[in-house]
Amino acid sequence: MSMHELSQLRELEAESIYIFREVAAEMQRPCLLFSGGKDSLVMLHLAQKAFAPAPIPFPVMHVDTGLNFPDVIEFRDRAIERAGARLIVASVPDAIERGLVTEPADGSRNRIQTPVLLAAAEEHGFDALFGGARRDEEKARAKERIFSFRDDFGQWDPKNQRPEIWELYNGRVAPGESIRVFPLSNWTELAIWEYIGAEGVEIPARYLAAEREVVDRRGMLFEVNDFVTLTDDETSAPRRVRYRTMGDANLTAAVESDADTVEKVIREIAEVRLTERGATRGDDRVSETSMEDRKKEGYF
Amino acid sequence: MTDLLRVATAGSVDDGKSTLIGRLLFDSKTLFTDQLEAADRVSKQRGSETTDLALVTDGLRAEREQGITIDVAYRYVATPKRKFVIADTPGHPQYTRNMVTGASTANVAMILIDVRKGVTEQSRRHAFLATLLGVPHLVVCVNKMDLVDWSEEAFEAVRTEFSQFARRLRAKDLTFIPVSALTGENVVDHGVNLDWYDGPTLLHHLERLYVASDRNLVDTRFPVQYVIRPRSSEHHDYRGYAGSIASGSLRVGDKVMVLPSGFESTVVGIDSPEGPLQETFPPQVATILLEDDIDISRGDMLVRPGNKPIVTQELDATVCWMDETSALQPGRTYAIKHTTRWARARVRDVAYRVDVNTLHRDEQATTLELNDIGRITLRTTQPLLTDAYLSNRATGAFILVDETTNRTVAAGMIR
Repeated sequence: MSMHELSQLRELEAESIYIFREVAAEMQRPCLLFSGGKDSLVMLHLAQKAFAPAPIPFPVMHVDTGLNFPDVIEFRDRAIERAGARLIVASVPDAIERGLVTEPADGSRNRIQTPVLLAAAEEHGFDALFGGARRDEEKARAKERIFSFRDDFGQWDPKNQRPEIWELYNGRVAPGESIRVFPLSNWTELAIWEYIGAEGVEIPARYLAAEREVVDRRGMLFEVNDFVTLTDDETSAPRRVRYRTMGDANLTAAVESDADTVEKVIREIAEVRLTERGATRGDDRVSETSMEDRKKEGYF
Repeated sequence: MTDLLRVATAGSVDDGKSTLIGRLLFDSKTLFTDQLEAADRVSKQRGSETTDLALVTDGLRAEREQGITIDVAYRYVATPKRKFVIADTPGHPQYTRNMVTGASTANVAMILIDVRKGVTEQSRRHAFLATLLGVPHLVVCVNKMDLVDWSEEAFEAVRTEFSQFARRLRAKDLTFIPVSALTGENVVDHGVNLDWYDGPTLLHHLERLYVASDRNLVDTRFPVQYVIRPRSSEHHDYRGYAGSIASGSLRVGDKVMVLPSGFESTVVGIDSPEGPLQETFPPQVATILLEDDIDISRGDMLVRPGNKPIVTQELDATVCWMDETSALQPGRTYAIKHTTRWARARVRDVAYRVDVNTLHRDEQATTLELNDIGRITLRTTQPLLTDAYLSNRATGAFILVDETTNRTVAAGMIR
């Protein structure tokens, strides 16, 4: 390596930190959306670096479906406390009780997160929401800007996006409108893991392989727990598995794996041949275009 | 160490651009199984026997229905040597806007030419836009070599024709590579059919392209992005100027001048995501600590006392108009964002509009509409700290924003 060259991880890190600072400088009320998953943990880590030695100058919000793995929620609370940030929880069960949304028949609260998110953003007056989405995750995401404009209904219009040229981001909005900001846009799943390894970012234990009691449903392995119970004709078995994403406990499947350290996960990811969403998310398998549809409604 | 290369591609569906990118993803083993299966499923539904790799990169339903690509899509290819961010833009004339977007941050532009059609208006337009945006390297992929029986003469004819045109653009680094995206020949791996060609494959060329020297490491420009003042008991006196160094470098001990105030001070510390540094250079972000307690805010710039940018309220610039709902008109005022500073700018005059296909300058033009490129003069409400775009992308670039709709309406390059 000669002088004045930067590794891809440092370049991605610099790009993300620049984005965090740009939003903090220009937007009135930013907020970081946090799920406890690895991408949001990397975001939190980057946000801390962006403003150090000062604290993160905006709150952190979790849209809690009430269906999260309990250990992931515990982890969330610890991570945010360590970062010295303020946590806001927007609760989907509360919203169901209030009548803002209705519990879907299929048990997936993925789609009803959107109105809960939008209502909480409005209540707090947030004009910029940081999300951990990456463009390598999904086809609709591949076309999204880093500063993604949303109208006063929170909707994304793929045909009417603001051009994004150089690093001259335009976050100007009218009251009620907002910007979703994706600092990790150019990161890949592998880069996230390499960064977690290089920086020692703490992650929930579920990301690492361990023996867990799982049931095989159409090729997807679900841990048997309070959220996933066996039907009469199902059987479970202990398998060595790990999670690639941290979605709702009733929908997020594990994959078979021996990777019980971050280093082994990096090696595994470098070789794996399924995208993380395709492998483990029941909610994204609905159709070829389900993410496109959800994003238009205001989802991340 | 693996580093990051930003690639902009342009070409139409007909040139096989989507197939080429699909091939790069597939042959470099970046393509995932479920993405491939999805493309395979759709290919079969359409009655195709082989998997159409173009389907991997066509994203939105709106695009599939119309068989077009409507916006910039970003793709990621990783090899052990390098990570690539590919800004994939459609080739239609109405998408000049997207091409400008993709090229604005690119290290290299990849231009596709169908060897049977030779140099078209579209390929000329792509090359013009790439050089206009200061992309340092151009790679011309002469595609569909399988359809001309791998003919060296056909390849050479394209090379000669394109080179003649490119001379007018003063393209810095121009490389021609014969490929077949369909068969994969020369994309990632050499095949047996192009035995007369002894250059690298496309991927190999992209892997070894040297880009660190493209950066301006001479003219030190540090636009202050954010002032970090913890005001905590532990860091009571900490006052750091955070930002991304646009060009040049800064070392601890360097004398700096703050613009526009003109105060001078000395760098006493550089904080960064990696910890304290002795030197910072692009594209790093850093927080600069100065010896003296002077009033510095976002939009100010740290430079070396002997090497200052041009401080001006009058801009002579080439702009690309990007808004379909309005046109650029003399007398109108826009918000302007330049480095980390916002101001307002009034359009004084349109000097000419460039025909992106013929490079002809229409000096009768008085307005610029969507996808038009022209030379204009602007007057800003406050002085900007500028350099010519071609010597410094970061301090030579600006955007114009409509103050009523907040839409980004133009990309500008200071001359």
